Amino acid sequence: MIHVENIHKRFGEEEILKGISTTFDKGKTNLIIGQSGSGKTVMLKCLIGLFKPEEGRIYYEENAIQDMDDEQQRSLREEMGMLFQGGALFDSMNIEQNVMFPLRMFTTQKKSEMLERVNEVLSRVDLENVNKKFPAEISGGMQKRVSIARAIVNRPKYLFCDEPNSGLDPKTATLIDNLIQEITHENDITTVVVTHDMNSVMEIGEKVVLLKNGKLAWQGTNSEIFKTDNEDVVSFVYSSDLFKKIREVQLKKQ
Amino acid sequence: MKYLRDIGSYFIMIKKVFGSFTKRSVLRELIFKEIDDLIINSLGIVAFISFFVGGVVAIQTALNMDNPLIPKSLIGFATRQSIILEFAPTFISIIMAGKVGSFITSSIGSMRVTEQIDALEVMGINSLNYLVFPKIIALSFYPFVIAIAMFLGITGGWLAGVYGGFTSTTDFAAGIQDSFIPFHLTYAFLKTFVFAFILATVPSWQGYYMTGGALEVGKASTNSFVWTSVIIILANYIITQLLLSS
Ligand SMILES: Nc1ncnc2c1ncn2[C@@H]1O[C@H](COP(=O)(O)OP(=O)(O)OP(=O)(O)O)[C@@H](O)[C@H]1O
Ligand SMILES: [Mg+2]
Repeated sequence: MIHVENIHKRFGEEEILKGISTTFDKGKTNLIIGQSGSGKTVMLKCLIGLFKPEEGRIYYEENAIQDMDDEQQRSLREEMGMLFQGGALFDSMNIEQNVMFPLRMFTTQKKSEMLERVNEVLSRVDLENVNKKFPAEISGGMQKRVSIARAIVNRPKYLFCDEPNSGLDPKTATLIDNLIQEITHENDITTVVVTHDMNSVMEIGEKVVLLKNGKLAWQGTNSEIFKTDNEDVVSFVYSSDLFKKIREVQLKKQ
Repeated sequence: MKYLRDIGSYFIMIKKVFGSFTKRSVLRELIFKEIDDLIINSLGIVAFISFFVGGVVAIQTALNMDNPLIPKSLIGFATRQSIILEFAPTFISIIMAGKVGSFITSSIGSMRVTEQIDALEVMGINSLNYLVFPKIIALSFYPFVIAIAMFLGITGGWLAGVYGGFTSTTDFAAGIQDSFIPFHLTYAFLKTFVFAFILATVPSWQGYYMTGGALEVGKASTNSFVWTSVIIILANYIITQLLLSS
């Protein structure tokens, strides 16, 4: 479980996060949604400690990261897996070395055991026969999937994904969404996913947090999101014609 | 004010480099890779430049010696002195600031802009130790490069002197042994070590703390060359003042 309390984040004059409080539950896929530029990535980077909020506190279970020293933060981070919006694969390493990296750093496994695990996660993201290629030699969507494989390879307790399925075709996107949810349930971990994909919200939105202009506009589950009359939710969710029609159908049913 | 902050951030970086250490087996591999990239890959250009500049130093000395009272061994002497004292340690280091320095800045800088450094940090790795420490260790082999530069520079001077008809091998050999002060070698290698540390850390610092995108990586590399060479020149001045002028 991760709990945030009233976090504020500024860049220069501009206040990007304006006092957000919420909880991301253990064993659930928690989604942060919102328009482009609403502060989702900044929020995620605050959670993982890459940005330091000027105000507010972030708790991992009972412990606030603001109270931890460098060493404690470091060992907490060994339990995190993160998928960056741009992938952030190490371009001096091939795919296999990229995915193996967390294992090499933090486990004492034998090479063959590591390799077995690497191939296991690569096949879960539907990637085979790319082991020896370099990040520059595979497509953007493939890079994203490798990056997910790297994030989950060492069985993290906290998984963070910044737009895991942007740039993927609908079929692969669904595969990735389901994979993230499976892993969350299997290992009972806390997962936070940033997305603006309504499909993902429907598929895996066990808890959904809507950000608007750096404020928390709404939170609830994916079944609630289609029922609420909250203005911000309605304007975000029903911006596309397809979802407008779905809503009309739903309203008629009631 | 900005410069003070820059200097502060440099020393904070150095402190963090020696903070929490990367796993040993991984570090060893990184060090070998850096030796290859930074040392082995520089040998060709260093050898080429040293050899020919050594030759030119000998020819210049010979051409400027029109007084018959000056012994012919002066060519060897002057070549040795200028190569050991300044050319090999300082001039080659400036060239390395261009070659190795911009390589370090652009590789670390592009890791910064593509969030690879953030990825390391999120995994709980001390990215400064991971990235910079192996470079410092690799560049501690830099004095070997300079030794090669000294050797080839003097060889170049000898060949140019003899084949250009300016001196004989006997005269040249006498010249390079003439009033040799061993402390000059100590001085030269001492400053080489200091330059090696500057070459490893200043470009890393420029790359690590850069912000922006691919365009800024290019700018940072240029800046890095300016900073590194200015600092090398200043350090050279200070070390020379301290060690030789007493
Ligand atoms: N390092 C930074 N320095 C200054 N401003 C920043 C920085 N990172 C983000 N911002 C600003 O914060 C705001 C929110 O950015 P953020 O990346 O969180 O958006 P987002 O919700 O993730 O959008 P998207 O869906 O497009 O990824 C933007 O206005 C951006 O300019
Ligand atoms: Mg974003």
